[in-house]
Amino acid sequence: MMCFINWHVIQPVILTDMKTFLTFVKKEFYHIFRDRWTMIILLILPIMLMLLFGFMMSTEVKNVRFAIYDPSRDVATHAIADKMKLNEYFIFTGYLDSPEQIDEIFRKGEASLVMVFNNRFYDNMVHTGDAQIQLIADGSDPNTASTFTLYASNIVASYQQDLMGDMKIPYNIQPELKLLYNPTLKGTYSFVPGVMGMILMLVCAMMTSVSIAREKEFGTMEVLLVSPMKPIQIILSKVVPYFFLSVINLTTMLLLSVYVLDVPVTGSLSLLISISLIFILVSLALGLLISSMVDKQMIALLISGMVLMLPVTMLSGMMFPIENMPWILQIIANIIPATWYIIAVKKIMIQGLDFFSVFNEFLILSTMAVVMIGVSIQRFKYRLE
Amino acid sequence: MVSLEVERGEIFGIIGPDGAGKTTLFRILTTLILADNGTVEIEGKDVVKEYKEIRKEIGYMPGRFSLYQDLTVEENLNIFAKVFNTSIEENYSLIEDIYKQIEPFKNRRAGQLSGGMKQKLALSCALIHKPTVLFLDEPTTGVDPVSRKELWEMLKRLKEQNITILVSTPFMDEASMCDRIALMEHGRFLQVDTPEHITGQFSHDLWAIRSDNMSVLLSDLRAMRSVRTCFAFGESHHVTFRNNVSDIVNLEKLLKSKGHSSVLIEQTKASVEDCFMDLTYKF
Repeated sequence: MMCFINWHVIQPVILTDMKTFLTFVKKEFYHIFRDRWTMIILLILPIMLMLLFGFMMSTEVKNVRFAIYDPSRDVATHAIADKMKLNEYFIFTGYLDSPEQIDEIFRKGEASLVMVFNNRFYDNMVHTGDAQIQLIADGSDPNTASTFTLYASNIVASYQQDLMGDMKIPYNIQPELKLLYNPTLKGTYSFVPGVMGMILMLVCAMMTSVSIAREKEFGTMEVLLVSPMKPIQIILSKVVPYFFLSVINLTTMLLLSVYVLDVPVTGSLSLLISISLIFILVSLALGLLISSMVDKQMIALLISGMVLMLPVTMLSGMMFPIENMPWILQIIANIIPATWYIIAVKKIMIQGLDFFSVFNEFLILSTMAVVMIGVSIQRFKYRLE
Repeated sequence: MVSLEVERGEIFGIIGPDGAGKTTLFRILTTLILADNGTVEIEGKDVVKEYKEIRKEIGYMPGRFSLYQDLTVEENLNIFAKVFNTSIEENYSLIEDIYKQIEPFKNRRAGQLSGGMKQKLALSCALIHKPTVLFLDEPTTGVDPVSRKELWEMLKRLKEQNITILVSTPFMDEASMCDRIALMEHGRFLQVDTPEHITGQFSHDLWAIRSDNMSVLLSDLRAMRSVRTCFAFGESHHVTFRNNVSDIVNLEKLLKSKGHSSVLIEQTKASVEDCFMDLTYKF
């Protein structure tokens, strides 16, 4: 069937609609720029969170204080001790005189790692091949302890490797751990995608839902409803400004990530940007959904702040691995859009994978965007409750 | 249970205390909420089926002067003009009277305006698209007496432009400003008529009584068998008597014997408020 549209009739309608729409976008920007706290939340908070998570909450282990109990004091033990002392992650506190001091130094909290050599270390190593080092670690923080004992044993292993170079020792097979993508175990690497997901969610969902709830609270929504404005115009005029601001946030976060936190974009930048834009749309739609349920700014803030942020930080794999969660939480984790976004950003930004590796995440996020925008437009009430 | 018909170009007042259902009624009339049952037509259009058409031609000013507090006077007016696909210039003549009073403050934010100025701005916003019917929900609440008076004068001028005006108010003394009024309580209309007819139908002689101790006087009067109703009314108590012909001289003596001094009793004309109190009084 052919359908003829009389452009001369439609054009003025579209033009006046466009004018109304632009006035409303402008109005929304006035609201944002004139409220100090909105500005702070929108533009300063993302930078603060990024730096806070990047620098302070890193899982990276630094400045581990260690002591050595060394009854041998020979060439080999000195060489290993020197390698440890030179390492940037460790700080040497001193030699212990007796095994009893080991317990004492842990109790005082003066060191979290003690390296114990056995008697006649070098002799044993050369003659019987039975030289032993014991690493005793303060296990009160198991994650940190396992990380720095791994560092220490790597240092010992590297000494062994040095020896193999000039001495002909019989084949010595050892398992070797190698960490890909993040060889130095830098904490920021794993946090950047998580923080990006969190901030975009916060800005989009919280700000849109609060700004619509404000119109309801001040009664201006009542006046807008009793007008020729279409619901879709009202919704879009709310979404567009926050979309722009989210793009600005995305840019600052990527710049911070690359130039301040030293986390480069390994994969395609355009791929990273496109998945971020889809995620922004999903978050905006979530904000619209929340606002269709509440009438008060405070409740919109609570829902987007608590009900949304908690699962995003706790269940999206940003802090705890999803694989270790009970199955019910795994299901919830898979419903959270941020989970898929964080996975995709990790793949693109850190592992440098191509489009086909993140195809799944693209598909899931796009579907979520379409469904949620559809539902929130459907749910937009053209009457008061 | 309300039923009314409003003529074109009429100022129709819906008068009742807080909680009477005025705002709910206004929201039903302005297509904002659906009535449980019954029908409403605005300009011949059904509020449920043809709500889109109705929304294009009515003007609505909610009870809280719904303005954008962080936008200036001019920005607010401009936005509401754009909402109705018009401009300030196009219908300026209609709002000129009202708007020119707040124009000196056009760069001030709406949140910093006084109640009276907010009211004028909200009214300008509701009028900017030249509506055929104007709904004003409690436009005089929270506004100083001078601005209240000014508003009624403005409404009189708008009426001359053939705009139908529905206005709600909790202030009974504003009833006389309307062409017709409906007295409302508990979601029901008690009476719909012109203010003159309503006060004319008051069927008892009404007496205004005062003395030097008004609170004791109120309880003394209410304790009397011959007294039918007695309400505190500002400077005096308004009283009706059971047998309608009452011995006023005896009453004065009686009150003096109870210790009241400077007793003043005079007959008075019933106001809308007297009628409302009489209609709602439970015998």
